[in-house]
Amino acid sequence: MFQLAEIRHMVRIPPWLFGQTLNDAVIEELNRKLANKVVLNVGLGIALFDVTSLGDSYIFPGDGASHTRVTFRYVVFRPFMEEILEGVIKAADADGMQVSLGFYDDVYIRRDSMMTNSRYDETERSWVWDYKIEDDLHHLFLDIGERIRFRVVAEQFTDTTPAGPNLAEGENTVADRKEGKVPYIIYGAINDQGLGLVSWWTSNSAGQEEEEEMEEVEVGEMS
Amino acid sequence: MEVVNSKGAVLSNYEVLRLLQEVCHQGTKGKRNITQTQTHLASIAFDTLKYLEKTQCKSQSSEIIQRFLEAVKQFKLTKAEKLQLINLRPTTPVEMQLIIEESEDRLTEEQVEELISLVELHLPDPTASQMVNGQVTNQ
Repeated sequence: MFQLAEIRHMVRIPPWLFGQTLNDAVIEELNRKLANKVVLNVGLGIALFDVTSLGDSYIFPGDGASHTRVTFRYVVFRPFMEEILEGVIKAADADGMQVSLGFYDDVYIRRDSMMTNSRYDETERSWVWDYKIEDDLHHLFLDIGERIRFRVVAEQFTDTTPAGPNLAEGENTVADRKEGKVPYIIYGAINDQGLGLVSWWTSNSAGQEEEEEMEEVEVGEMS
Repeated sequence: MEVVNSKGAVLSNYEVLRLLQEVCHQGTKGKRNITQTQTHLASIAFDTLKYLEKTQCKSQSSEIIQRFLEAVKQFKLTKAEKLQLINLRPTTPVEMQLIIEESEDRLTEEQVEELISLVELHLPDPTASQMVNGQVTNQ
């Protein structure tokens, strides 16, 4: 789920922070710059891991602040492809579901990545899986707030730097927040055994039925 | 800003948990509390901490993880599979199939069962450890 990104950056420390040690000032400045921000094609910054090298500090003419070249490693959130993650269902509509991980909300499960025989129920405003086993039809609801396990199938980074006045017309007609202005989107899928609501697969009595019947592989008996 | 290497290393949830616990508890050690000085760091750190504390990594330690990795060496799993085993702690064959690619071809049923028992042996169950009065039973 988390990776280390090695980054090199020229850190600017304003004069009023010269009272702190260089190390502390640099760490604070890097966290201020990268925490909770998406770096394009790298991931969502979480926290500084360590500083690998600290260059000399220079003061340039016209600016009282010191500039230091720092090489450091930063913890970023970027799940790899096919990774299994667990989150909480946050919203659902006819196109799919949105899953939240608490610190990161933009996981979308599109309708075609869900189990076959799932449908969106307008009255309940949630997705339902019509699971049929030996003439017995179960309606399994994917309610909001439920813990769900999904597989990461795609990720999309969008550059959200503000466009100039010329580019803003026509080119970036983003009607939908989902596919447009979100800097980092993860697409998930739940169309496989073991995916979907966690409660379907844990070994309590209700879940047990699902496991015994759905497993083609082996192990009839779950103890 | 120049990204030298966007994938320098992959971290397990446990390692990130430890790092964030240190970051969030800086205020108590004499340095200024980060919630006042660094709002972005505070919000992401606390949210991520909240998420991680609900997962399996809460009751792990570096010795536990090392021992687990030693024990599963024989199965020749890829790095990604071992990482997911540690992060997700699967206890059923279905979950194992999700994590291990082509598990039907690479592992026999007994091997899957063995892997499950190793997972249960080495990686403590966060819910169970509460019942044993905080005593984590491992060899």
